[in-house]
Amino acid sequence: MSFEPKIIGFLCNWCSYTGADLAGTARMKYPANVMSIRVMCSGRVDPGFVLDAFRRGADGVLVCGCHPGDCHYVDGNHKCMRRIPLTKRMMKGFGIDPIRLRLEWVSASEGARFQEVVCEFTEQLRHLGALDLKEIEFDPTLEGVHHG
Amino acid sequence: MAKPKLAIYWAASCGGCDIAILDIEAKILDVAEFFDVIFWPCAMDFKYDDVRAMADKSITLTLFNGAIRNSENYEIARLLREKSVVLCAFGSCAAEGGIPGLANFHTKSSIYDYVFKQSPSLEPGNGTIPQSEVQVPEGRLTIPVMWNTVRSLSQVVDIDYIIPGCPPQSDQIAVVVAAVIDILANGKPLPPKGTVLGATDKTCCDECPRQRNVKKIKSFIRPFEKVTDTELCLMEQGIVCMGPATRAGCGAKCVNAGVPCRGCYGAPLNVRDQGAKMASALASVIDSADPDEIERIIDTLPDPLGTFYRFSLADSMLRRTQA
Repeated sequence: MSFEPKIIGFLCNWCSYTGADLAGTARMKYPANVMSIRVMCSGRVDPGFVLDAFRRGADGVLVCGCHPGDCHYVDGNHKCMRRIPLTKRMMKGFGIDPIRLRLEWVSASEGARFQEVVCEFTEQLRHLGALDLKEIEFDPTLEGVHHG
Repeated sequence: MAKPKLAIYWAASCGGCDIAILDIEAKILDVAEFFDVIFWPCAMDFKYDDVRAMADKSITLTLFNGAIRNSENYEIARLLREKSVVLCAFGSCAAEGGIPGLANFHTKSSIYDYVFKQSPSLEPGNGTIPQSEVQVPEGRLTIPVMWNTVRSLSQVVDIDYIIPGCPPQSDQIAVVVAAVIDILANGKPLPPKGTVLGATDKTCCDECPRQRNVKKIKSFIRPFEKVTDTELCLMEQGIVCMGPATRAGCGAKCVNAGVPCRGCYGAPLNVRDQGAKMASALASVIDSADPDEIERIIDTLPDPLGTFYRFSLADSMLRRTQA
Protein backbone atom coordinates (compact mmCIF):
# COMPACT_ATOMS: atom_id res chain seq x y z
CA MET A 1 0.00 0.00 0.00
CA SER A 2 1.32 3.43 -0.84
CA PHE A 3 2.03 6.01 1.83
CA GLU A 4 -0.93 8.21 2.71
CA PRO A 5 0.15 11.56 4.18
CA LYS A 6 -1.73 13.23 7.01
CA ILE A 7 -2.53 16.84 6.16
CA ILE A 8 -3.90 19.38 8.57
CA GLY A 9 -5.86 22.10 6.76
CA PHE A 10 -6.49 25.41 8.47
CA LEU A 11 -9.40 26.92 6.55
CA CYS A 12 -10.74 30.40 7.03
CA ASN A 13 -14.39 30.56 8.02
CA TRP A 14 -15.45 33.14 5.44
CA CYS A 15 -13.91 31.89 2.21
CA SER A 16 -11.93 28.69 2.20
CA TYR A 17 -14.07 26.62 4.55
CA THR A 18 -17.10 27.53 2.45
CA GLY A 19 -15.05 26.76 -0.66
CA ALA A 20 -14.23 23.32 0.72
CA ASP A 21 -17.89 22.86 1.58
CA LEU A 22 -18.82 23.74 -1.98
CA ALA A 23 -16.37 21.12 -3.26
CA GLY A 24 -18.14 18.64 -1.00
CA THR A 25 -21.73 19.53 -1.89
CA ALA A 26 -20.83 19.60 -5.58
CA ARG A 27 -19.40 16.06 -5.17
CA MET A 28 -15.96 17.02 -6.43
CA LYS A 29 -13.58 14.21 -5.60
CA TYR A 30 -10.41 14.89 -3.66
CA PRO A 31 -8.22 12.73 -1.40
CA ALA A 32 -9.46 12.27 2.17
CA ASN A 33 -6.01 13.10 3.55
CA VAL A 34 -6.91 16.62 4.66
CA MET A 35 -8.27 17.04 8.15
CA SER A 36 -9.91 20.46 8.14
CA ILE A 37 -9.80 22.82 11.07
CA ARG A 38 -12.02 25.86 10.71
CA VAL A 39 -10.42 29.08 11.91
CA MET A 40 -12.09 32.48 11.85
CA CYS A 41 -9.34 33.93 9.65
CA SER A 42 -6.08 32.78 8.09
CA GLY A 43 -4.58 35.54 10.22
CA ARG A 44 -5.51 33.41 13.24
CA VAL A 45 -3.03 30.72 12.17
CA ASP A 46 -0.08 31.17 14.50
CA PRO A 47 3.25 29.64 13.38
CA GLY A 48 2.92 27.62 16.59
CA PHE A 49 -0.17 25.86 15.18
CA VAL A 50 1.88 24.74 12.20
CA LEU A 51 4.82 23.48 14.28
CA ASP A 52 2.42 21.78 16.68
CA ALA A 53 0.71 20.00 13.80
CA PHE A 54 4.07 18.62 12.65
CA ARG A 55 4.98 17.68 16.19
CA ARG A 56 1.76 15.73 16.52
CA GLY A 57 2.29 13.74 13.38
CA ALA A 58 1.13 15.80 10.40
CA ASP A 59 3.11 15.28 7.20
CA GLY A 60 1.85 18.52 5.68
CA VAL A 61 -0.02 21.65 6.68
CA LEU A 62 -2.33 23.53 4.34
CA VAL A 63 -3.42 27.05 5.17
CA CYS A 64 -6.22 28.55 3.09
CA GLY A 65 -7.65 32.04 3.33
CA CYS A 66 -9.54 34.69 1.39
CA HIS A 67 -7.80 36.26 -1.57
CA PRO A 68 -5.71 39.32 -0.62
CA GLY A 69 -8.06 42.28 -0.51
CA ASP A 70 -11.08 40.13 0.32
CA CYS A 71 -10.40 39.51 4.02
CA HIS A 72 -13.49 39.67 6.21
CA TYR A 73 -11.30 41.41 8.79
CA VAL A 74 -9.64 43.73 6.24
CA ASP A 75 -6.02 42.57 6.56
CA GLY A 76 -5.94 39.27 8.47
CA ASN A 77 -4.79 37.40 5.38
CA HIS A 78 -1.99 39.92 4.91
CA LYS A 79 -0.68 38.90 8.32
CA CYS A 80 -0.90 35.28 7.24
CA MET A 81 0.91 36.13 4.01
CA ARG A 82 3.81 37.47 6.12
CA ARG A 83 3.84 34.68 8.68
CA ILE A 84 3.93 31.75 6.28
CA PRO A 85 7.26 32.67 4.58
CA LEU A 86 8.86 33.21 7.99
CA THR A 87 7.44 29.90 9.22
CA LYS A 88 8.85 28.20 6.12
CA ARG A 89 12.27 29.59 6.94
CA MET A 90 11.99 28.30 10.48
CA MET A 91 11.05 24.87 9.16
CA LYS A 92 14.09 24.91 6.93
CA GLY A 93 16.25 25.75 9.95
CA PHE A 94 14.69 22.83 11.80
CA GLY A 95 15.47 20.56 8.87
CA ILE A 96 11.88 20.13 7.69
CA ASP A 97 11.22 20.58 3.98
CA PRO A 98 9.26 23.88 3.60
CA ILE A 99 7.19 22.22 0.83
CA ARG A 100 5.28 20.59 3.69
CA LEU A 101 3.64 23.94 4.42
CA ARG A 102 1.41 25.42 1.76
CA LEU A 103 -0.56 28.65 1.63
CA GLU A 104 -3.38 29.02 -0.89
CA TRP A 105 -6.09 31.60 -1.42
CA VAL A 106 -9.45 29.90 -1.98
CA SER A 107 -12.64 31.93 -2.16
CA ALA A 108 -16.11 30.67 -1.23
CA SER A 109 -16.93 30.03 -4.89
CA GLU A 110 -13.70 28.19 -5.69
CA GLY A 111 -14.62 24.62 -4.76
CA ALA A 112 -12.77 23.40 -7.83
CA ARG A 113 -9.66 25.28 -6.78
CA PHE A 114 -9.79 23.62 -3.34
CA GLN A 115 -10.11 20.22 -5.00
CA GLU A 116 -7.14 20.96 -7.23
CA VAL A 117 -4.96 22.21 -4.34
CA VAL A 118 -5.68 19.18 -2.15
CA CYS A 119 -5.06 16.71 -4.99
CA GLU A 120 -1.77 18.38 -5.89
CA PHE A 121 -0.53 18.77 -2.30
CA THR A 122 -1.42 15.21 -1.35
CA GLU A 123 0.45 13.91 -4.39
CA GLN A 124 3.50 16.03 -3.51
CA LEU A 125 3.55 14.71 0.04
CA ARG A 126 3.14 11.13 -1.12
CA HIS A 127 6.38 11.55 -3.02
CA LEU A 128 8.09 13.31 -0.14
CA GLY A 129 7.18 10.55 2.31
CA ALA A 130 6.43 10.63 6.03
CA LEU A 131 7.81 13.32 8.27
CA ASP A 132 9.83 11.44 10.84
CA LEU A 133 10.64 13.70 13.79
CA LYS A 134 13.62 12.81 15.91
CA GLU A 135 14.01 12.84 19.68
CA ILE A 136 10.87 14.83 20.38
CA GLU A 137 10.28 12.73 23.49
CA PHE A 138 13.03 11.95 25.94
CA ASP A 139 14.22 8.38 25.76
CA PRO A 140 17.13 7.70 28.14
CA THR A 141 17.97 4.46 26.36
CA LEU A 142 18.92 6.42 23.23
CA GLU A 143 21.38 8.55 25.16
CA GLY A 144 24.73 7.55 26.62
CA VAL A 145 24.76 6.19 30.15
CA HIS A 146 27.26 6.89 32.86
CA HIS A 147 29.74 4.10 33.21
CA GLY A 148 30.89 5.03 36.73
CA MET B 1 14.56 21.89 65.51
CA ALA B 2 16.88 20.98 62.65
CA LYS B 3 17.19 23.60 59.95
CA PRO B 4 15.61 22.93 56.53
CA LYS B 5 18.23 21.65 54.09
CA LEU B 6 19.12 23.52 50.90
CA ALA B 7 20.95 22.17 47.85
CA ILE B 8 22.14 24.19 44.87
CA TYR B 9 23.45 22.36 41.85
CA TRP B 10 24.85 23.30 38.46
CA ALA B 11 24.52 20.98 35.48
CA ALA B 12 25.34 22.33 31.98
CA SER B 13 25.60 25.95 33.03
CA CYS B 14 28.03 28.85 33.11
CA GLY B 15 27.98 29.59 36.83
CA GLY B 16 26.06 32.82 36.38
CA CYS B 17 23.07 31.47 38.31
CA ASP B 18 25.26 30.71 41.33
CA ILE B 19 26.65 34.24 41.16
CA ALA B 20 23.11 35.64 40.92
CA ILE B 21 22.29 33.83 44.17
CA LEU B 22 25.29 35.45 45.87
CA ASP B 23 24.19 38.78 44.39
CA ILE B 24 21.25 38.95 46.78
CA GLU B 25 23.91 40.53 49.01
CA ALA B 26 23.20 40.66 52.75
CA LYS B 27 20.10 38.48 52.31
CA ILE B 28 22.44 35.55 51.69
CA LEU B 29 23.04 35.67 55.44
CA ASP B 30 19.32 35.01 56.00
CA VAL B 31 19.69 31.97 53.74
CA ALA B 32 22.67 30.72 55.74
CA GLU B 33 20.84 31.43 58.98
CA PHE B 34 17.62 29.69 58.01
CA PHE B 35 18.91 26.83 55.87
CA ASP B 36 21.54 24.20 56.31
CA VAL B 37 23.37 24.29 52.94
CA ILE B 38 24.21 20.65 52.40
CA PHE B 39 25.22 20.65 48.73
CA TRP B 40 26.53 23.52 46.58
CA PRO B 41 29.41 22.38 44.38
CA CYS B 42 30.07 25.85 42.99
CA ALA B 43 30.69 27.35 46.43
CA MET B 44 31.89 24.55 48.69
CA ASP B 45 33.41 21.10 48.47
CA PHE B 46 30.77 18.41 48.57
CA LYS B 47 30.85 14.86 47.19
CA TYR B 48 28.09 13.13 45.26
CA ASP B 49 28.44 10.21 47.66
CA ASP B 50 27.42 12.50 50.53
CA VAL B 51 24.15 13.17 48.70
CA ARG B 52 23.71 9.48 47.82
CA ALA B 53 24.01 8.64 51.52
CA MET B 54 21.12 10.95 52.48
CA ALA B 55 17.62 9.66 53.12
CA ASP B 56 15.04 10.23 50.35
CA LYS B 57 13.21 13.57 50.62
CA SER B 58 15.67 14.82 53.21
CA ILE B 59 16.57 17.98 51.24
CA THR B 60 13.84 20.58 51.70
CA LEU B 61 14.67 22.70 48.64
CA THR B 62 16.94 22.16 45.65
CA LEU B 63 17.71 24.97 43.24
CA PHE B 64 18.90 23.25 40.08
CA ASN B 65 20.55 25.38 37.40
CA GLY B 66 21.95 24.26 34.08
CA ALA B 67 20.67 22.11 31.22
CA ILE B 68 20.89 18.34 30.91
CA ARG B 69 23.71 17.87 28.45
CA ASN B 70 25.40 14.63 29.51
CA SER B 71 24.97 11.49 31.54
CA GLU B 72 26.35 13.10 34.71
CA ASN B 73 23.78 15.94 34.57
CA TYR B 74 21.04 13.33 34.18
CA GLU B 75 22.33 11.15 36.99
CA ILE B 76 22.52 14.05 39.47
CA ALA B 77 19.14 15.39 38.36
CA ARG B 78 17.58 12.03 39.19
CA LEU B 79 19.53 11.81 42.46
CA LEU B 80 18.44 15.27 43.59
CA ARG B 81 14.85 14.54 42.59
CA GLU B 82 14.86 11.51 44.88
CA LYS B 83 16.41 13.39 47.77
CA SER B 84 14.43 16.64 47.52
CA VAL B 85 10.98 17.60 48.69
CA VAL B 86 10.90 20.63 46.36
CA LEU B 87 12.95 20.65 43.17
CA CYS B 88 13.11 23.98 41.39
CA ALA B 89 14.44 24.57 37.87
CA PHE B 90 16.53 27.66 38.44
CA GLY B 91 17.45 29.82 35.45
CA SER B 92 16.87 29.51 31.71
CA CYS B 93 19.06 26.44 31.16
CA ALA B 94 17.27 24.24 33.67
CA ALA B 95 13.89 25.74 32.76
CA GLU B 96 14.10 25.49 28.96
CA GLY B 97 17.58 24.43 27.87
CA GLY B 98 19.03 27.93 27.67
CA ILE B 99 22.12 28.80 25.66
CA PRO B 100 23.51 25.23 25.79
CA GLY B 101 20.24 24.16 24.13
CA LEU B 102 21.27 26.01 20.96
CA ALA B 103 23.56 23.04 20.35
CA ASN B 104 20.38 21.23 19.29
CA PHE B 105 20.74 22.98 15.93
CA HIS B 106 23.68 20.58 15.46
CA THR B 107 24.28 16.91 16.20
CA LYS B 108 26.78 15.43 18.60
CA SER B 109 28.87 14.16 15.70
CA SER B 110 28.92 17.53 13.89
CA ILE B 111 29.95 19.26 17.14
CA TYR B 112 32.74 16.73 17.76
CA ASP B 113 33.81 17.06 14.18
CA TYR B 114 34.19 20.83 14.41
CA VAL B 115 35.58 21.09 17.93
CA PHE B 116 38.12 18.27 17.69
CA LYS B 117 38.92 18.12 13.97
CA GLN B 118 38.23 21.40 12.18
CA SER B 119 38.50 24.22 14.68
CA PRO B 120 41.33 26.61 13.61
CA SER B 121 42.77 26.70 17.12
CA LEU B 122 43.61 22.98 17.11
CA GLU B 123 47.19 21.78 17.22
CA PRO B 124 47.96 20.44 13.71
CA GLY B 125 48.08 16.68 13.53
CA ASN B 126 46.52 16.14 16.92
CA GLY B 127 43.28 14.34 16.18
CA THR B 128 42.42 13.37 19.74
CA ILE B 129 38.71 12.65 20.21
CA PRO B 130 37.57 12.28 23.81
CA GLN B 131 36.41 8.81 24.74
CA SER B 132 33.89 8.20 27.48
CA GLU B 133 36.05 5.43 28.88
CA VAL B 134 39.63 4.25 28.63
CA GLN B 135 41.58 1.33 30.04
CA VAL B 136 44.86 2.24 31.82
CA PRO B 137 47.15 -0.07 33.86
CA GLU B 138 45.51 1.14 37.05
CA GLY B 139 42.00 0.35 35.84
CA ARG B 140 39.16 1.78 33.79
CA LEU B 141 38.70 5.56 33.65
CA THR B 142 35.40 7.13 32.64
CA ILE B 143 34.03 10.57 31.94
CA PRO B 144 30.35 11.45 31.42
CA VAL B 145 28.86 10.72 28.01
CA MET B 146 27.79 13.77 26.01
CA TRP B 147 24.26 13.47 24.66
CA ASN B 148 23.08 14.21 21.15
CA THR B 149 20.22 16.38 22.44
CA VAL B 150 20.29 18.98 25.21
CA ARG B 151 17.27 18.68 27.52
CA SER B 152 15.59 20.91 30.05
CA LEU B 153 15.31 19.64 33.62
CA SER B 154 11.57 19.04 33.36
CA GLN B 155 12.07 16.76 30.36
CA VAL B 156 14.09 14.27 32.37
CA VAL B 157 12.65 14.49 35.91
CA ASP B 158 9.50 15.78 37.58
CA ILE B 159 9.96 19.36 38.79
CA ASP B 160 7.95 21.50 41.19
CA TYR B 161 8.68 25.11 40.26
CA ILE B 162 10.46 27.25 37.71
CA ILE B 163 12.46 30.39 38.40
CA PRO B 164 13.27 31.77 34.93
CA GLY B 165 15.99 34.14 33.76
CA CYS B 166 19.54 34.18 32.49
CA PRO B 167 20.30 34.60 35.27
CA PRO B 168 17.22 35.11 37.44
CA GLN B 169 17.38 38.69 38.67
CA SER B 170 18.76 38.97 42.18
CA ASP B 171 15.90 41.11 43.46
CA GLN B 172 13.50 38.39 42.29
CA ILE B 173 15.63 35.67 43.91
CA ALA B 174 15.54 37.63 47.16
CA VAL B 175 11.73 37.84 46.96
CA VAL B 176 11.44 34.10 46.30
CA VAL B 177 13.87 33.23 49.10
CA ALA B 178 11.95 35.45 51.53
CA ALA B 179 8.66 33.82 50.45
CA VAL B 180 10.11 30.31 50.86
CA ILE B 181 11.41 31.11 54.34
CA ASP B 182 8.02 32.58 55.25
CA ILE B 183 6.21 29.47 53.95
CA LEU B 184 8.50 27.05 55.78
CA ALA B 185 8.76 29.03 59.01
CA ASN B 186 5.04 29.70 59.34
CA GLY B 187 3.69 26.46 57.91
CA LYS B 188 1.93 28.17 54.99
CA PRO B 189 0.84 26.14 51.95
CA LEU B 190 3.18 25.91 48.97
CA PRO B 191 2.08 27.48 45.67
CA PRO B 192 0.55 25.04 43.15
CA LYS B 193 3.01 22.75 41.44
CA GLY B 194 4.38 24.12 38.17
CA THR B 195 4.14 27.75 39.28
CA VAL B 196 6.66 30.12 37.71
CA LEU B 197 8.25 31.99 40.61
CA GLY B 198 10.05 35.30 40.56
CA ALA B 199 8.25 36.53 37.42
CA THR B 200 4.84 37.80 36.36
CA ASP B 201 2.27 36.51 33.88
CA LYS B 202 2.57 39.44 31.48
CA THR B 203 5.17 40.14 28.80
CA CYS B 204 8.37 42.13 28.90
CA CYS B 205 6.66 44.88 26.84
CA ASP B 206 4.39 45.44 29.83
CA GLU B 207 7.39 46.53 31.91
CA CYS B 208 9.10 48.43 29.09
CA PRO B 209 9.04 52.22 29.56
CA ARG B 210 9.63 53.01 25.86
CA GLN B 211 7.01 54.75 23.77
CA ARG B 212 4.92 52.48 21.56
CA ASN B 213 3.09 53.33 18.34
CA VAL B 214 1.83 51.27 15.43
CA LYS B 215 4.71 49.10 14.26
CA LYS B 216 5.48 49.06 10.54
CA ILE B 217 8.78 47.54 9.51
CA LYS B 218 10.34 47.79 6.06
CA SER B 219 13.71 46.40 7.05
CA PHE B 220 15.26 44.79 10.12
CA ILE B 221 18.60 46.01 11.40
CA ARG B 222 21.08 44.78 13.97
CA PRO B 223 21.69 46.93 17.06
CA PHE B 224 25.19 48.03 16.01
CA GLU B 225 23.98 49.41 12.69
CA LYS B 226 22.23 52.40 14.16
CA VAL B 227 22.30 54.84 17.05
CA THR B 228 18.92 54.09 18.53
CA ASP B 229 16.34 56.52 19.82
CA THR B 230 16.35 56.10 23.61
CA GLU B 231 12.63 56.81 24.05
CA LEU B 232 11.06 54.81 21.22
CA CYS B 233 10.18 51.10 21.08
CA LEU B 234 13.20 49.23 19.67
CA MET B 235 11.04 47.08 17.43
CA GLU B 236 9.64 50.19 15.75
CA GLN B 237 13.23 51.11 14.97
CA GLY B 238 13.67 47.78 13.15
CA ILE B 239 15.57 46.00 15.91
CA VAL B 240 14.35 42.52 16.77
CA CYS B 241 13.35 42.71 20.43
CA MET B 242 11.97 39.55 22.05
CA GLY B 243 9.80 41.57 24.43
CA PRO B 244 6.42 40.63 22.89
CA ALA B 245 7.08 36.89 23.39
CA THR B 246 8.90 37.01 26.72
CA ARG B 247 7.64 36.73 30.27
CA ALA B 248 7.97 39.84 32.39
CA GLY B 249 9.75 39.86 35.72
CA CYS B 250 13.21 41.22 35.02
CA GLY B 251 12.06 44.86 35.13
CA ALA B 252 12.90 45.26 31.41
CA LYS B 253 16.58 45.64 32.28
CA CYS B 254 17.96 45.14 28.77
CA VAL B 255 15.62 47.57 26.99
CA ASN B 256 16.30 50.13 29.72
CA ALA B 257 19.98 49.80 28.92
CA GLY B 258 19.32 50.33 25.21
CA VAL B 259 19.69 46.75 24.02
CA PRO B 260 16.80 44.57 22.82
CA CYS B 261 15.24 41.91 25.02
CA ARG B 262 16.83 38.53 24.31
CA GLY B 263 13.99 36.47 25.74
CA CYS B 264 15.68 34.86 28.76
CA TYR B 265 12.59 34.86 30.96
CA GLY B 266 11.00 32.38 28.60
CA ALA B 267 7.52 32.17 27.11
CA PRO B 268 4.73 34.14 28.78
CA LEU B 269 1.68 32.53 30.34
CA ASN B 270 -0.23 30.16 28.02
CA VAL B 271 2.42 30.25 25.29
CA ARG B 272 3.81 26.84 24.43
CA ASP B 273 6.56 27.83 22.00
CA GLN B 274 8.35 31.13 22.47
CA GLY B 275 10.04 31.11 19.06
CA ALA B 276 6.83 30.47 17.14
CA LYS B 277 5.03 33.18 19.09
CA MET B 278 7.83 35.62 18.34
CA ALA B 279 7.66 34.73 14.64
CA SER B 280 3.93 35.40 14.75
CA ALA B 281 4.37 38.81 16.39
CA LEU B 282 7.29 39.83 14.23
CA ALA B 283 5.85 38.79 10.89
CA SER B 284 2.62 40.64 11.53
CA VAL B 285 4.40 44.01 11.74
CA ILE B 286 6.13 43.64 8.37
CA ASP B 287 4.87 46.56 6.34
CA SER B 288 4.05 44.99 3.01
CA ALA B 289 1.35 43.02 1.23
CA ASP B 290 3.55 42.05 -1.69
CA PRO B 291 4.95 38.50 -1.46
CA ASP B 292 8.30 39.39 -3.06
CA GLU B 293 8.81 42.41 -0.85
CA ILE B 294 7.88 40.33 2.22
CA GLU B 295 10.59 37.84 1.26
CA ARG B 296 13.11 40.67 0.91
CA ILE B 297 12.20 42.09 4.31
CA ILE B 298 12.48 38.66 5.95
CA ASP B 299 15.90 38.32 4.31
CA THR B 300 17.09 41.23 6.44
CA LEU B 301 16.40 39.21 9.61
CA PRO B 302 19.72 37.85 10.82
CA ASP B 303 19.49 34.28 12.16
CA PRO B 304 15.74 34.17 12.92
CA LEU B 305 15.81 30.76 14.62
CA GLY B 306 18.81 31.52 16.81
CA THR B 307 17.17 34.80 17.80
CA PHE B 308 13.66 33.47 18.46
CA TYR B 309 14.87 30.37 20.29
CA ARG B 310 17.98 31.80 21.92
CA PHE B 311 17.05 30.33 25.30
CA SER B 312 14.15 28.00 24.58
CA LEU B 313 15.17 25.69 21.74
CA ALA B 314 15.57 22.56 23.88
CA ASP B 315 12.07 23.04 25.27
CA SER B 316 10.46 24.17 22.00
CA MET B 317 7.93 22.06 20.15
CA LEU B 318 10.43 20.61 17.70
CA ARG B 319 13.29 20.42 20.22
CA ARG B 320 16.16 20.10 17.74
CA THR B 321 17.16 20.09 14.10
CA GLN B 322 15.46 17.21 12.37
CA ALA B 323 17.90 17.04 9.48
